[in-house]
Amino acid sequence: MSPQKSSAAAAQPVELKPGLIGLAEDWSSDQRAFKNVSWGKAMMWIFLLSDTFIFSVFLISYMTARMSTAVDWPPVSEIFALSFGGDPIPLVLIAIMTFILITSSGTMVLAVNYGYRKDRKKTVILLLLTALMGASFVGMQALEWSKLISDGVRPWENPFGASQFGSAFFMITGFHGFHVSVGVVFLLLIARKVWRGDYDTEKKGFFTSRKGNYEIVETMGLYWHFVDLVWVFIFAFFYLW
Amino acid sequence: MAHAEGQQHPLGIYIKVWILLFVVSGFSYAVDYFDFQGYTRWSLILLFMFIKAGYIISVFMHIKWERWALSAAILVPPSVLLVFIGIMAIESNYTFLTRILNFGPG
Repeated sequence: MSPQKSSAAAAQPVELKPGLIGLAEDWSSDQRAFKNVSWGKAMMWIFLLSDTFIFSVFLISYMTARMSTAVDWPPVSEIFALSFGGDPIPLVLIAIMTFILITSSGTMVLAVNYGYRKDRKKTVILLLLTALMGASFVGMQALEWSKLISDGVRPWENPFGASQFGSAFFMITGFHGFHVSVGVVFLLLIARKVWRGDYDTEKKGFFTSRKGNYEIVETMGLYWHFVDLVWVFIFAFFYLW
Repeated sequence: MAHAEGQQHPLGIYIKVWILLFVVSGFSYAVDYFDFQGYTRWSLILLFMFIKAGYIISVFMHIKWERWALSAAILVPPSVLLVFIGIMAIESNYTFLTRILNFGPG
Protein backbone atom coordinates (compact mmCIF):
# COMPACT_ATOMS: atom_id res chain seq x y z
CA MET A 1 0.00 0.00 0.00
CA SER A 2 1.38 3.42 -0.91
CA PRO A 3 1.70 6.11 1.83
CA GLN A 4 -0.94 8.27 0.16
CA LYS A 5 -3.46 5.47 0.22
CA SER A 6 -2.94 4.63 3.90
CA SER A 7 -3.28 8.27 4.99
CA ALA A 8 -6.46 8.53 2.97
CA ALA A 9 -7.72 5.42 4.74
CA ALA A 10 -6.87 6.95 8.13
CA ALA A 11 -8.75 10.13 7.30
CA GLN A 12 -11.82 8.13 6.33
CA PRO A 13 -14.05 8.05 9.41
CA VAL A 14 -14.89 4.54 10.54
CA GLU A 15 -18.56 3.82 10.16
CA LEU A 16 -20.18 3.16 13.53
CA LYS A 17 -22.81 0.46 13.33
CA PRO A 18 -25.89 0.56 15.55
CA GLY A 19 -27.23 -2.07 17.94
CA LEU A 20 -25.66 -5.37 18.92
CA ILE A 21 -23.21 -5.47 16.00
CA GLY A 22 -22.08 -1.98 16.98
CA LEU A 23 -21.64 -3.14 20.57
CA ALA A 24 -19.43 -6.05 19.51
CA GLU A 25 -17.40 -3.87 17.15
CA ASP A 26 -16.95 -1.04 19.67
CA TRP A 27 -15.84 -3.34 22.46
CA SER A 28 -13.41 -5.27 20.22
CA SER A 29 -12.03 -2.14 18.53
CA ASP A 30 -8.68 -0.40 18.99
CA GLN A 31 -7.95 2.25 21.62
CA ARG A 32 -11.38 3.08 22.95
CA ALA A 33 -14.62 1.24 23.52
CA PHE A 34 -16.82 4.30 24.05
CA LYS A 35 -16.84 6.00 20.65
CA ASN A 36 -18.26 9.53 20.43
CA VAL A 37 -18.27 9.80 24.24
CA SER A 38 -15.62 11.99 25.82
CA TRP A 39 -13.42 10.56 28.60
CA GLY A 40 -14.95 13.00 31.10
CA LYS A 41 -18.49 11.78 30.45
CA ALA A 42 -17.43 8.12 30.38
CA MET A 43 -15.65 8.52 33.73
CA MET A 44 -18.70 10.21 35.27
CA TRP A 45 -20.72 7.18 34.16
CA ILE A 46 -18.18 4.77 35.67
CA PHE A 47 -18.29 6.76 38.92
CA LEU A 48 -22.09 6.64 38.94
CA LEU A 49 -21.95 2.88 38.39
CA SER A 50 -19.74 2.51 41.47
CA ASP A 51 -22.09 4.79 43.40
CA THR A 52 -24.99 2.57 42.31
CA PHE A 53 -23.31 -0.31 44.09
CA ILE A 54 -22.74 1.73 47.25
CA PHE A 55 -26.38 2.77 47.49
CA SER A 56 -27.54 -0.74 46.58
CA VAL A 57 -25.48 -2.20 49.41
CA PHE A 58 -27.07 0.29 51.83
CA LEU A 59 -30.55 -0.60 50.63
CA ILE A 60 -29.83 -4.33 50.73
CA SER A 61 -28.49 -4.08 54.28
CA TYR A 62 -31.68 -2.21 55.18
CA MET A 63 -33.69 -5.04 53.59
CA THR A 64 -31.71 -7.60 55.59
CA ALA A 65 -32.27 -5.73 58.86
CA ARG A 66 -35.96 -5.31 58.20
CA MET A 67 -36.57 -8.90 57.09
CA SER A 68 -34.61 -10.48 59.92
CA THR A 69 -36.00 -8.53 62.86
CA ALA A 70 -38.62 -10.24 65.00
CA VAL A 71 -39.85 -6.87 66.31
CA ASP A 72 -42.38 -4.92 64.24
CA TRP A 73 -40.94 -2.27 61.91
CA PRO A 74 -41.96 1.26 62.95
CA PRO A 75 -45.05 2.64 61.12
CA VAL A 76 -43.08 4.81 58.65
CA SER A 77 -46.15 6.49 57.18
CA GLU A 78 -47.22 7.78 60.62
CA ILE A 79 -43.73 8.76 61.79
CA PHE A 80 -43.20 10.99 58.76
CA ALA A 81 -46.67 12.55 58.94
CA LEU A 82 -47.00 16.27 59.57
CA SER A 83 -50.06 18.24 60.53
CA PHE A 84 -50.80 21.79 59.49
CA GLY A 85 -53.40 22.60 62.11
CA GLY A 86 -55.69 19.71 61.10
CA ASP A 87 -55.29 15.94 60.91
CA PRO A 88 -51.73 14.76 60.24
CA ILE A 89 -51.08 14.14 56.53
CA PRO A 90 -48.92 11.04 56.00
CA LEU A 91 -45.50 11.50 54.37
CA VAL A 92 -46.32 15.05 53.33
CA LEU A 93 -42.82 16.48 53.77
CA ILE A 94 -41.32 13.52 51.90
CA ALA A 95 -43.79 14.07 49.05
CA ILE A 96 -42.81 17.75 48.82
CA MET A 97 -39.12 16.78 48.82
CA THR A 98 -39.78 14.27 46.02
CA PHE A 99 -41.53 16.88 43.88
CA ILE A 100 -38.75 19.42 44.50
CA LEU A 101 -36.09 16.94 43.40
CA ILE A 102 -38.02 16.04 40.23
CA THR A 103 -38.49 19.72 39.42
CA SER A 104 -34.77 20.30 39.88
CA SER A 105 -34.08 17.41 37.47
CA GLY A 106 -36.26 19.18 34.94
CA THR A 107 -34.43 22.49 35.27
CA MET A 108 -31.12 20.62 35.05
CA VAL A 109 -32.04 18.94 31.79
CA LEU A 110 -33.05 22.33 30.35
CA ALA A 111 -29.73 23.81 31.53
CA VAL A 112 -27.86 21.10 29.59
CA ASN A 113 -29.92 21.90 26.51
CA TYR A 114 -29.38 25.66 26.68
CA GLY A 115 -25.68 25.08 27.44
CA TYR A 116 -25.21 23.28 24.13
CA ARG A 117 -27.02 26.15 22.43
CA LYS A 118 -24.47 28.46 24.10
CA ASP A 119 -27.27 30.48 25.70
CA ARG A 120 -25.25 31.56 28.74
CA LYS A 121 -27.92 33.54 30.51
CA LYS A 122 -30.58 30.81 30.48
CA THR A 123 -28.03 28.14 31.41
CA VAL A 124 -26.85 30.12 34.45
CA ILE A 125 -30.40 30.85 35.61
CA LEU A 126 -31.44 27.20 35.25
CA LEU A 127 -28.29 25.95 37.03
CA LEU A 128 -28.89 28.36 39.90
CA LEU A 129 -32.55 27.29 40.14
CA THR A 130 -31.41 23.66 40.28
CA ALA A 131 -28.92 24.50 43.04
CA LEU A 132 -31.57 26.42 44.96
CA MET A 133 -33.97 23.47 44.87
CA GLY A 134 -31.16 21.11 45.90
CA ALA A 135 -30.36 23.35 48.85
CA SER A 136 -34.03 23.51 49.91
CA PHE A 137 -34.16 19.71 49.68
CA VAL A 138 -31.24 19.43 52.10
CA GLY A 139 -32.90 22.02 54.33
CA MET A 140 -36.10 19.98 54.55
CA GLN A 141 -34.07 16.88 55.26
CA ALA A 142 -32.42 18.71 58.17
CA LEU A 143 -35.91 19.59 59.41
CA GLU A 144 -36.97 15.96 59.15
CA TRP A 145 -33.84 14.77 60.97
CA SER A 146 -34.37 17.21 63.84
CA LYS A 147 -38.02 16.18 64.15
CA LEU A 148 -37.06 12.49 64.36
CA ILE A 149 -34.21 13.17 66.77
CA SER A 150 -36.54 15.15 69.06
CA ASP A 151 -39.00 12.23 68.84
CA GLY A 152 -36.26 10.06 70.35
CA VAL A 153 -35.06 8.21 67.24
CA ARG A 154 -31.41 7.19 67.60
CA PRO A 155 -29.23 4.90 65.47
CA TRP A 156 -29.43 2.27 68.22
CA GLU A 157 -33.01 2.67 69.51
CA ASN A 158 -36.33 4.39 68.90
CA PRO A 159 -39.70 4.46 70.66
CA PHE A 160 -41.65 3.17 67.64
CA GLY A 161 -40.43 -0.38 66.96
CA ALA A 162 -37.43 -2.30 65.62
CA SER A 163 -34.22 -0.61 66.75
CA GLN A 164 -32.54 -1.03 63.34
CA PHE A 165 -34.88 1.64 61.93
CA GLY A 166 -32.75 4.55 63.16
CA SER A 167 -29.42 3.35 61.79
CA ALA A 168 -30.94 2.52 58.39
CA PHE A 169 -32.69 5.90 58.24
CA PHE A 170 -29.71 8.04 59.23
CA MET A 171 -27.26 6.10 57.07
CA ILE A 172 -29.32 6.02 53.87
CA THR A 173 -30.86 9.49 53.93
CA GLY A 174 -27.65 10.98 55.33
CA PHE A 175 -25.53 9.59 52.51
CA HIS A 176 -28.06 10.73 49.95
CA GLY A 177 -28.28 14.20 51.51
CA PHE A 178 -24.49 14.39 51.37
CA HIS A 179 -24.65 13.63 47.65
CA VAL A 180 -27.21 16.40 47.15
CA SER A 181 -25.04 18.87 49.12
CA VAL A 182 -21.96 18.06 47.02
CA GLY A 183 -24.11 18.43 43.91
CA VAL A 184 -25.23 21.91 45.00
CA VAL A 185 -21.60 23.00 45.47
CA PHE A 186 -20.63 21.77 42.02
CA LEU A 187 -23.74 23.32 40.42
CA LEU A 188 -22.71 26.69 41.85
CA LEU A 189 -19.12 26.26 40.64
CA ILE A 190 -20.25 25.41 37.12
CA ALA A 191 -22.86 28.19 37.09
CA ARG A 192 -20.04 30.63 37.95
CA LYS A 193 -17.89 29.32 35.11
CA VAL A 194 -20.74 29.53 32.61
CA TRP A 195 -21.46 33.07 33.83
CA ARG A 196 -17.82 34.10 33.28
CA GLY A 197 -17.94 32.59 29.79
CA ASP A 198 -15.17 30.06 30.49
CA TYR A 199 -16.73 27.59 28.09
CA ASP A 200 -17.02 30.12 25.25
CA THR A 201 -13.37 31.17 25.54
CA GLU A 202 -12.31 27.54 26.20
CA LYS A 203 -10.51 28.68 29.34
CA LYS A 204 -8.39 25.90 30.80
CA GLY A 205 -9.45 24.34 34.08
CA PHE A 206 -7.06 25.09 36.97
CA PHE A 207 -6.93 21.42 37.96
CA THR A 208 -7.13 19.49 34.69
CA SER A 209 -5.60 22.16 32.38
CA ARG A 210 -8.01 21.01 29.70
CA LYS A 211 -10.03 23.36 27.55
CA GLY A 212 -13.44 23.96 29.06
CA ASN A 213 -16.56 23.29 27.01
CA TYR A 214 -20.28 23.04 27.56
CA GLU A 215 -20.18 19.27 27.83
CA ILE A 216 -19.33 19.71 31.52
CA VAL A 217 -22.93 20.88 32.03
CA GLU A 218 -24.14 17.54 30.67
CA THR A 219 -21.70 15.63 32.89
CA MET A 220 -22.92 17.64 35.88
CA GLY A 221 -26.46 16.79 34.77
CA LEU A 222 -25.68 13.07 34.84
CA TYR A 223 -24.63 13.37 38.48
CA TRP A 224 -27.69 15.41 39.39
CA HIS A 225 -30.13 13.02 37.70
CA PHE A 226 -28.41 10.14 39.47
CA VAL A 227 -29.10 11.80 42.82
CA ASP A 228 -32.76 12.10 41.78
CA LEU A 229 -32.73 8.46 40.65
CA VAL A 230 -31.40 7.26 44.02
CA TRP A 231 -34.15 9.23 45.75
CA VAL A 232 -36.75 7.37 43.63
CA PHE A 233 -35.45 4.10 45.10
CA ILE A 234 -35.17 5.45 48.66
CA PHE A 235 -38.70 6.87 48.44
CA ALA A 236 -40.06 3.51 47.25
CA PHE A 237 -38.18 1.18 49.57
CA PHE A 238 -37.70 3.20 52.71
CA TYR A 239 -40.73 5.50 52.91
CA LEU A 240 -43.46 3.65 51.05
CA TRP A 241 -42.71 -0.06 51.56
CA MET B 1 -21.68 11.81 13.53
CA ALA B 2 -25.14 12.39 14.92
CA HIS B 3 -24.11 13.61 18.37
CA ALA B 4 -20.78 15.23 17.58
CA GLU B 5 -21.98 18.36 19.40
CA GLY B 6 -23.12 16.40 22.46
CA GLN B 7 -26.63 15.36 23.39
CA GLN B 8 -29.07 17.85 21.88
CA HIS B 9 -32.70 16.97 21.59
CA PRO B 10 -35.92 18.90 21.18
CA LEU B 11 -37.23 20.40 24.41
CA GLY B 12 -40.63 18.77 23.92
CA ILE B 13 -39.51 15.31 24.99
CA TYR B 14 -37.97 16.66 28.21
CA ILE B 15 -41.12 18.55 29.11
CA LYS B 16 -43.27 15.47 28.43
CA VAL B 17 -41.08 13.23 30.59
CA TRP B 18 -40.99 15.88 33.29
CA ILE B 19 -44.79 16.00 33.46
CA LEU B 20 -44.94 12.21 33.39
CA LEU B 21 -42.52 11.99 36.35
CA PHE B 22 -44.74 14.39 38.29
CA VAL B 23 -47.85 12.34 37.59
CA VAL B 24 -46.23 9.01 38.43
CA SER B 25 -44.77 10.45 41.66
CA GLY B 26 -48.29 11.49 42.51
CA PHE B 27 -49.41 7.90 41.92
CA SER B 28 -46.69 6.50 44.22
CA TYR B 29 -47.72 8.94 46.92
CA ALA B 30 -51.35 7.90 46.41
CA VAL B 31 -50.37 4.29 47.16
CA ASP B 32 -49.56 5.40 50.69
CA TYR B 33 -52.36 7.93 50.96
CA PHE B 34 -55.06 5.40 50.08
CA ASP B 35 -53.31 2.86 52.30
CA PHE B 36 -53.06 -0.13 49.96
CA GLN B 37 -51.61 -3.15 51.75
CA GLY B 38 -49.88 -6.45 50.98
CA TYR B 39 -49.02 -7.51 47.45
CA THR B 40 -51.10 -4.73 45.85
CA ARG B 41 -49.02 -2.15 47.70
CA TRP B 42 -45.65 -3.74 46.89
CA SER B 43 -46.37 -4.33 43.22
CA LEU B 44 -47.72 -0.79 42.73
CA ILE B 45 -44.67 0.72 44.49
CA LEU B 46 -42.30 -1.31 42.30
CA LEU B 47 -44.23 -0.52 39.12
CA PHE B 48 -44.18 3.26 39.67
CA MET B 49 -40.55 3.13 40.84
CA PHE B 50 -39.39 1.36 37.68
CA ILE B 51 -41.38 3.69 35.42
CA LYS B 52 -39.73 6.71 37.05
CA ALA B 53 -36.24 5.20 37.09
CA GLY B 54 -36.58 4.07 33.47
CA TYR B 55 -37.56 7.51 32.18
CA ILE B 56 -34.87 9.31 34.20
CA ILE B 57 -32.14 6.98 32.91
CA SER B 58 -33.29 6.74 29.31
CA VAL B 59 -34.29 10.36 28.60
CA PHE B 60 -32.80 12.67 31.23
CA MET B 61 -29.49 10.79 31.29
CA HIS B 62 -29.63 10.22 27.51
CA ILE B 63 -28.99 6.46 27.64
CA LYS B 64 -31.69 6.05 24.98
CA TRP B 65 -29.46 7.91 22.50
CA GLU B 66 -26.07 6.47 23.56
CA ARG B 67 -24.34 3.68 21.71
CA TRP B 68 -24.88 0.19 23.10
CA ALA B 69 -21.22 -0.03 24.11
CA LEU B 70 -21.85 2.59 26.82
CA SER B 71 -25.38 1.66 27.82
CA ALA B 72 -24.49 -2.04 28.20
CA ALA B 73 -21.41 -1.15 30.30
CA ILE B 74 -23.65 0.85 32.64
CA LEU B 75 -26.83 -1.23 32.74
CA VAL B 76 -25.60 -4.84 32.71
CA PRO B 77 -23.30 -4.88 35.80
CA PRO B 78 -26.05 -3.85 38.29
CA SER B 79 -27.97 -7.00 37.35
CA VAL B 80 -25.66 -9.00 39.67
CA LEU B 81 -27.38 -7.13 42.50
CA LEU B 82 -30.39 -9.40 41.96
CA VAL B 83 -28.24 -12.35 43.04
CA PHE B 84 -27.04 -10.40 46.08
CA ILE B 85 -30.64 -9.53 47.02
CA GLY B 86 -31.56 -13.21 46.72
CA ILE B 87 -28.67 -14.36 48.92
CA MET B 88 -29.44 -11.77 51.61
CA ALA B 89 -33.16 -12.58 51.55
CA ILE B 90 -32.38 -16.26 52.27
CA GLU B 91 -29.92 -15.22 54.99
CA SER B 92 -32.39 -12.89 56.69
CA ASN B 93 -35.17 -15.47 56.63
CA TYR B 94 -32.79 -17.84 58.42
CA THR B 95 -31.84 -15.16 60.98
CA PHE B 96 -35.51 -14.39 61.54
CA LEU B 97 -36.28 -18.08 62.11
CA THR B 98 -33.46 -18.53 64.64
CA ARG B 99 -34.54 -15.36 66.46
CA ILE B 100 -38.08 -16.69 66.76
CA LEU B 101 -36.85 -20.11 67.92
CA ASN B 102 -34.35 -18.80 70.49
CA PHE B 103 -35.76 -15.49 71.69
CA GLY B 104 -39.42 -15.80 70.76
CA PRO B 105 -42.18 -15.44 73.34
CA GLY B 106 -43.40 -19.01 72.69
